[in-house]
Amino acid sequence: MDYGHSERPSEAAILPTAIKILVAGGFGAGKTTLVGAVSETRPLRTEEVLTESGVGIDDISGVEAKRTTTVAMDFGRITISDDLVLYLFGTPGQDRFWFVWDELALGAIGAVVLADTRRLADCFPSIDYFEERDTPFLVAVNCFEGARQYRLDEVQAALNLDPEVPVLLCDARRRESAKEVLISLVEHALKLREARRRVG
Amino acid sequence: MAVKGKSADHQWVDDHAGPVVRPYAVTGGRARPVTGTFDLISLVTATRRDVSPEPGLGPEHLAIVGLCQRMQSVAEIAAHLDLPVGTVRVLLGDLVARNLVQIREPHRAVGVSDHSIFEAVIHGLRAL
Repeated sequence: MDYGHSERPSEAAILPTAIKILVAGGFGAGKTTLVGAVSETRPLRTEEVLTESGVGIDDISGVEAKRTTTVAMDFGRITISDDLVLYLFGTPGQDRFWFVWDELALGAIGAVVLADTRRLADCFPSIDYFEERDTPFLVAVNCFEGARQYRLDEVQAALNLDPEVPVLLCDARRRESAKEVLISLVEHALKLREARRRVG
Repeated sequence: MAVKGKSADHQWVDDHAGPVVRPYAVTGGRARPVTGTFDLISLVTATRRDVSPEPGLGPEHLAIVGLCQRMQSVAEIAAHLDLPVGTVRVLLGDLVARNLVQIREPHRAVGVSDHSIFEAVIHGLRAL
């Protein structure tokens, strides 16, 4: 047993803080793969049961009249230190589940938008979403085997991105590559905060 | 006509109803916790080593206490117990009301002035 102490209350002082990063992109873009590549354990899956409207789920009376659906999110954990835990959440891919994203996006320090150059348009909704909410994000082009390689400026132009949004290549299966993506994102988020603080 | 009406009545008991019924049965029909909001990454730690069954606590409550001997996020609890997040929130509300678990709310990056957390994450990831 790794919790030998019985004086639990004293642990309150060292309870770590949790932060989160989102991993978005179209279906099959490699979100869960990237989460799994850097996480401590294999990605976990959590589900939320939602009514069609997705709002006001405070009463289940009349649930029989509503269509319900289950949204699954894959996530992983990286323990940064004794007092800091990072969670990576793969966002549900379907557009109509954006209300789930609102909760996911709340308090997130940033987002990785994974792009598959064979289906670049699939990541447009994610980009729109984070742009509208001022969530710091970058675009990581997942290099699938057999896909034509594009230059980063071509991707940047095709996505009509703000020039300050970083675009980089990655291999979501490789831990080192996934790590680089996350580091770039947090650096970008930090830079944006510093810039905003200077302005504001 | 009568047949049609009947099929409408039973429409919700199809394959899609499967995941709905059990979670709310676990919470006794409640869809909202008695206390707390429980972010997906709120961290939960049990305040006791174990809890004996008592009225109002089901096996899922006890399972959460067992799981949270080691700190877990709300999302992790839901994943490990294979229950929807909404259900876990209700159960956690019950446990908080009985002081059986303590909750650590997540860091809210918005509006926080110090950058130390960002730097700690960057350094931590580099060291992985």
